[in-house]
Amino acid sequence: MKTYYNPEDLKKFGSIGEFQKPLADKFFDYYGEVFKEGALTAREKSLIALAVAHAIQCPYCIDAYSVDTTEKGCTEAQVMEAIHVAAAIRGGATLVHGVQMMNKVKEISM
Amino acid sequence: MESLKTLNGKHHELAGSKYQLKVLNDESKTGKNIPAFTDKLLSIQLFPLKPTEIEIFQVNLGKMCNQVCQHCHVDAGPDRKEIMDMETMQTCSNLIGQYRFSVVDLTGGAPELNPLFRWFVEQIRKVNPTCKIIVRCNLTIILANKKYYDLPEFYKTHRVEVVSSLPFYNEGRTDKQRGNGVFKDSVKALQLLNEVGYGAAASGLILNLVYNPAGAFLPPNQEALEKEYKAELSAKYGISFNNLFTITNMPISRYLNYLLQSGNYSDYMEKLVTAFNPGAAANVMCRNTLSIGWNGYIYDCDFNQMLDLKVESNASQHINDFNFESLKKRNIIVNQHCYGCTAGAGSSCGGEVAK
Repeated sequence: MKTYYNPEDLKKFGSIGEFQKPLADKFFDYYGEVFKEGALTAREKSLIALAVAHAIQCPYCIDAYSVDTTEKGCTEAQVMEAIHVAAAIRGGATLVHGVQMMNKVKEISM
Repeated sequence: MESLKTLNGKHHELAGSKYQLKVLNDESKTGKNIPAFTDKLLSIQLFPLKPTEIEIFQVNLGKMCNQVCQHCHVDAGPDRKEIMDMETMQTCSNLIGQYRFSVVDLTGGAPELNPLFRWFVEQIRKVNPTCKIIVRCNLTIILANKKYYDLPEFYKTHRVEVVSSLPFYNEGRTDKQRGNGVFKDSVKALQLLNEVGYGAAASGLILNLVYNPAGAFLPPNQEALEKEYKAELSAKYGISFNNLFTITNMPISRYLNYLLQSGNYSDYMEKLVTAFNPGAAANVMCRNTLSIGWNGYIYDCDFNQMLDLKVESNASQHINDFNFESLKKRNIIVNQHCYGCTAGAGSSCGGEVAK
């Protein structure tokens, strides 16, 4: 069955350089640097990546960071809490716009 | 609940070493082009793989165990009867004295279940007072029966270094891999070891823990995980230990069965190959180790032992014909399972190996 997403394509991510190498090289160098141990641990960064992956709903990233967080020793409760953070921010982002809606409604109401 | 029978007890086809090797070398099982491990070594000028200096004399005292862990490469369990006898132990002890190996590593099954275990430790201490003796203790054995309650004191008396598996610092993940109730008993056993001084900085009594992944994934950075283990075990249970070793699961025996049953085999092998690290390959433990089976046969490592791949040194395949010069010159036998020791930061009985 043909689908837009193929899990095998994740392994080919590096091949985007075939069409434009200098930019791909810059991106992957940057990517590698970002995920190194720094002011945040590699484990903390992986949890952030997992949460963002859910927020942007990227199936490749969800697969990749589900494995990566598990390999880095995160517990089931920790990975789920990370996703709740993403959900809370997404939900909050919707709801906080309610203030804008209320402002407008009040503006046009008697 | 998971069956407490071993693959051997269930007469499972994966109980046989020949069938395991067949699976590991069958491309149709992965559906992917997994390169031959020998070719990988050739590409980095490491084939044939040769020993460096043989420092570790590892002895498998038998396959009997009080646990039936899901990942066990020995297929150990209560229904295994293979056990080392006194004559074989005596020969091992003579060799340990004669060749002054710096490390004697006792493993199993649960080595303590061999009724001659304590006698053997005492013999080793007599013939080689300065060597490091390591026991791979599964922890729960200490609480399994009254006669084992004093094991921490025994280890202390003979300055035995204790290395114990604790696949995770929480109950759920540990028990999934090692069986119900294992985490709670392991915590109690660790506290007993701490009570006699194991794991305390100044005691000189070394207690190391082993992490191995509870699933089809690779271990994390050893140093980072050690910090977490120390913080969690200390805060929740008051436990202290020296080092954490992270170990990759080998695709053999019960873990191979798990990979095949769960549909993870192909991806896991691919993951190991992708993570092949020449630095780890150069430092694999078979280069400085001899592994002795319960019946006295000699192997390059405990994994080759379970696959019945005896050392290539034809003149010296059994301790009764031990020829150290021949063993030092031998070619180490490798096969597809060896990718497990060369992935990422590498894996050995002492954890990561890449320098």
